[in-house]
Amino acid sequence: MYYKTTGYRIFNVFNVALLILLAVMCVVPLIHVLAVSFSSKAAADANLVGLWPIQFSVEAYKKTMFNPVFLHSIWISVLRTVIGTAITLFLTFLAAYPLSKEESVFKGRTIYSWLFVFSMVFTGGLVPFYIVIQKLGLIDSFWVLVLPGAVNTFLVILMMNFFRGIPKELEEAAFMDGAGPFRTLFTMYLPISMPSIATITLFSMVFHWNSWFDGLLYLNNSNQFPLATFLQTVIIQQDMSSMSASPKEMELISQTTVKAAQIFIGAAPILIVYPFLQKFFVKGMTLGSVKE
Amino acid sequence: MKTLKKTWPFHVMLLPSMIFLLLFSYLPMGGIVMAFQNYKPWLGFTGSEWVGLDNFRYLFERQDSVQVIWNTLIIAVLKLIFNLLVPFVFAILLNEIRRVKLQRTIQTLVYLPHFLSWVILGGILIDLLATDGFANRIISSVFGIQPIFFLGDNDWFRFTVIVSDVWKEFGYNTIIFLAALAGINPALYEAAEMDGATRWKQTIHITIPAIIPIAAVVGTLALGNVLNAGFDQIFNLYNPLVYQKGDIIDTFVYRTAILNGEMGFGTAIGLFKSVISMILILLAYRAAAKWANYRIF
Repeated sequence: MYYKTTGYRIFNVFNVALLILLAVMCVVPLIHVLAVSFSSKAAADANLVGLWPIQFSVEAYKKTMFNPVFLHSIWISVLRTVIGTAITLFLTFLAAYPLSKEESVFKGRTIYSWLFVFSMVFTGGLVPFYIVIQKLGLIDSFWVLVLPGAVNTFLVILMMNFFRGIPKELEEAAFMDGAGPFRTLFTMYLPISMPSIATITLFSMVFHWNSWFDGLLYLNNSNQFPLATFLQTVIIQQDMSSMSASPKEMELISQTTVKAAQIFIGAAPILIVYPFLQKFFVKGMTLGSVKE
Repeated sequence: MKTLKKTWPFHVMLLPSMIFLLLFSYLPMGGIVMAFQNYKPWLGFTGSEWVGLDNFRYLFERQDSVQVIWNTLIIAVLKLIFNLLVPFVFAILLNEIRRVKLQRTIQTLVYLPHFLSWVILGGILIDLLATDGFANRIISSVFGIQPIFFLGDNDWFRFTVIVSDVWKEFGYNTIIFLAALAGINPALYEAAEMDGATRWKQTIHITIPAIIPIAAVVGTLALGNVLNAGFDQIFNLYNPLVYQKGDIIDTFVYRTAILNGEMGFGTAIGLFKSVISMILILLAYRAAAKWANYRIF
């Protein structure tokens, strides 16, 4: 066998070492941030922290958790994630069913599918979009975080492909019993669609939790920001205004550690659902891709 | 009419989505007229002055916008190449690892950055890549050279952007290749083994040919992104020091249109990008459908 030759064994050692190194490089930055967030101001400012906290301290987390703007932004993020995902799920589930029909069964299906695809292929661009949002009165409204992205063609295609995989006999049996399309969809398709519904839910949740630009663009008041937008302004734009610390407090905890704590809290929910993500995303990725 | 009687529930099911598409996709397309106007918000579409193709002429005359288009193309094409090449090689190497547990663990670790947003990763990278940051400390202790200003030096910014994007996405992009590798018939390898082919020979003659088609499809479809250099990433990593080499169409539109109020001009650049992207996407999908029998809808 090839893997018993000396040449292959040498290759294998190097290969394993290389891949482990690459894998470690994917998580090291996050571990560094975690270490900084639990270190003291002095150690963090002197850049002494590597991958383990130096002079362990939870001050940064205390400070972060007592910041009302930060806490409120978490609440907004949770709200948009829950409401946004619910709306997207409802729309996607409902739209994917008729689209999974052949044109011969559902006349007009092709036109609808082109309307979906074209919306993905061509966009009006940032400026016209902004004007439309403005004219719809959505500026400074919570709903601007939820409504514009509610229909996602990619997710509709994912769901549609799943529906197409369901044996036709199942549906025919339901029709025989006198059930209409709505009853068939909700009593027959819904229970067996759970794997793809889970996939879509996760896609949508990650999208909402990570979205930051809409908040920055359409919301003027930082009290309305979702967490990702808040983090963008505090961490990236280095906005000091929301950190109302007295000089004495500033001495106690450095900006660096507070930022690190905030970054870690922002990433935490993703890390928590990560085991599920991995399972379903891989499925979703191969489900929506090449056929035949 | 007879068909409508039977299919009306289908139309009803599609109605909510259609309303959303109309409001947030098709209505904005109407706003494209701004590209041909000197649009002023207080004058509106009807009151603003029509300027024909002036905005587009301006686009190719202004030095900064031409530079921005080049930046976008260079960054996007390099990302496209490396985001194809690195996962391709990585998948083959990962496939060589025979201990399933180790393979799974590596996969789990490399997929992770994909799910974190550029706000989080940007925050981490700004800290990590600072002149006195973690990365520079390692570099100076290993190579003993001066610290590198990764995010503030025009010579380094593109490099940093491309490497960090590949770092974020290579694991996730590996998935599709791993699926293709798993689909290779083991009998092929057994036969090659019988004939005394080395693993290297097997890789060259069985493994690579088996996943080249999927790489071609992925690469073709990615062509639609030639003007998408990654707004989220650039916006969270760049600063005025590196506008010259790092500013891209999307960030430029945001600054000129939203921050400076040049609405008509911003729309024109956006339209320029949208039209070219659309043509490329349609060509790419047509090619993929023709040669690889790939269809999405």
